Amino acid sequence: MVDEATKLSLAKIPLLKTKAGPRDGEQWISRLKEEYQALIKYVQNNKEADNDWFRLESNKEGTRWFGKCWYIHELLKYEFDVEFDIPVTYPTTSPEIALPELDGKTAKMYRGGKICLTDHFKPLWARNVPKFGIAHAMALGLGPWLAVEIPDLIQRGVVTHQEKKDSGAAS
Amino acid sequence: MLTRCGIGKLLLFDYDKVELANMNRLFYQPHQAGLSKVEAAERTLREINPDVEFEVYNYNITTMDNFNHFMDRIRLGGKVKGTPVDLVLSCVDNFEARMAINTACNELGQSWFESGVSENAVSGHIQFVVPGDTSCFACAPPLVVATHTDEKTLKREGVCAASLPTTMAVVAGFLVQNVLKYLLQFGQVSYYLGYNALQDFFPTMRMKPNPQCDDTHCCRQQKLFQEREAAKPKQEFTEEIEEEIVHDENEWKIELVSETTEDEARAAEGDKPQLTEGVTVAYTKPAAQAEDTSDFVNATELSIDDLMSQMKQL
Repeated sequence: MVDEATKLSLAKIPLLKTKAGPRDGEQWISRLKEEYQALIKYVQNNKEADNDWFRLESNKEGTRWFGKCWYIHELLKYEFDVEFDIPVTYPTTSPEIALPELDGKTAKMYRGGKICLTDHFKPLWARNVPKFGIAHAMALGLGPWLAVEIPDLIQRGVVTHQEKKDSGAAS
Repeated sequence: MLTRCGIGKLLLFDYDKVELANMNRLFYQPHQAGLSKVEAAERTLREINPDVEFEVYNYNITTMDNFNHFMDRIRLGGKVKGTPVDLVLSCVDNFEARMAINTACNELGQSWFESGVSENAVSGHIQFVVPGDTSCFACAPPLVVATHTDEKTLKREGVCAASLPTTMAVVAGFLVQNVLKYLLQFGQVSYYLGYNALQDFFPTMRMKPNPQCDDTHCCRQQKLFQEREAAKPKQEFTEEIEEEIVHDENEWKIELVSETTEDEARAAEGDKPQLTEGVTVAYTKPAAQAEDTSDFVNATELSIDDLMSQMKQL
């Protein structure tokens, strides 16, 4: 289900301790700190492995996240906006990561561009509550989704390289 | 439901008019009162899906002339002109109409579904009749008919039969679900499916036809069915026993070794709940175990703002 490379990068993401959602006050602040620490570590790891593939930031409350992700296919970079909300039931339920600009272009997506994660991701998330956080959702959810879907979308001509200007983020 | 699924063609037969008393059911609207039910239905359904073909008949199928026409339409009213329909669905409220459909389908060898909701509105059933193969509607007559009691005695004077949109919707759903399974060939079509709303009990069974059925066409179809069955090449069920492969030599001492030990596998699976037959767990939770703290994030003195800006600088 999860390939070795993903497993390896996953193992390097620190796990989270606090089981708290956005309605849990101080506890959520702790959780949010942990989320940021894990994300920072994950992005650093990715950079070190020359596999930098996303940036995320959140609103002050840490309930809404947005940023960019990109995928290299045949030496061309395809970039997409990422966004998601932290559900009130987080971390029991995972965030529903969305790529709004791909809405309607693939069947592996719900309304609003939420990527379809049911099969490969949800069970994995469920058995790792509360240790998994946003970084894990990116590594196990969005990452594999992009790897499967984007080449197909490009092949079908639904996504073209010109569509998105090569901008920023790749530092 | 069939219209929404995009069925090719629907032929509707009913002699009733829409009444305000029907409004507790699902389908008709008050402004349609007075229209014939088939016409009102056709108008609504066309709006839902204009691609479906309709043929509607506002008449009583149990009268002589109409019955012959009804049989003709079953025989020739298919989507492709001059071919029989794929399936007949009985959604009627009395024994006479059911028997009329039964008679027609036995004569034509036409598969059909019977459906109904009880007088007290808290139970219902669907039944799939394949003439000759399964019990027809006349094979086991209801008690009132077997004992020649007048059906009208069931209905008390001045007392309306109960009806609930819920029970009707459940039974209609079962009916269409099985129609879809039959037409699109997936799953198993239920030959009989009961619905007891008070206990939420759903019995299913398959009924063999009665060799002494009152309907001669049923008996004829039974004979034809048995002949067809006898003519079919016998399927032989032989259990294939896979022989264990044993290699005579294993010069390099190669053997298969599991990556995980049994203990590891058990720990990863955790406790498995006892489940009823046919239900499986999609995932299990690993047994709780001491975590290596080094895998977790460390406590930090930094504030959220610090962390946010650190993230941005990446």
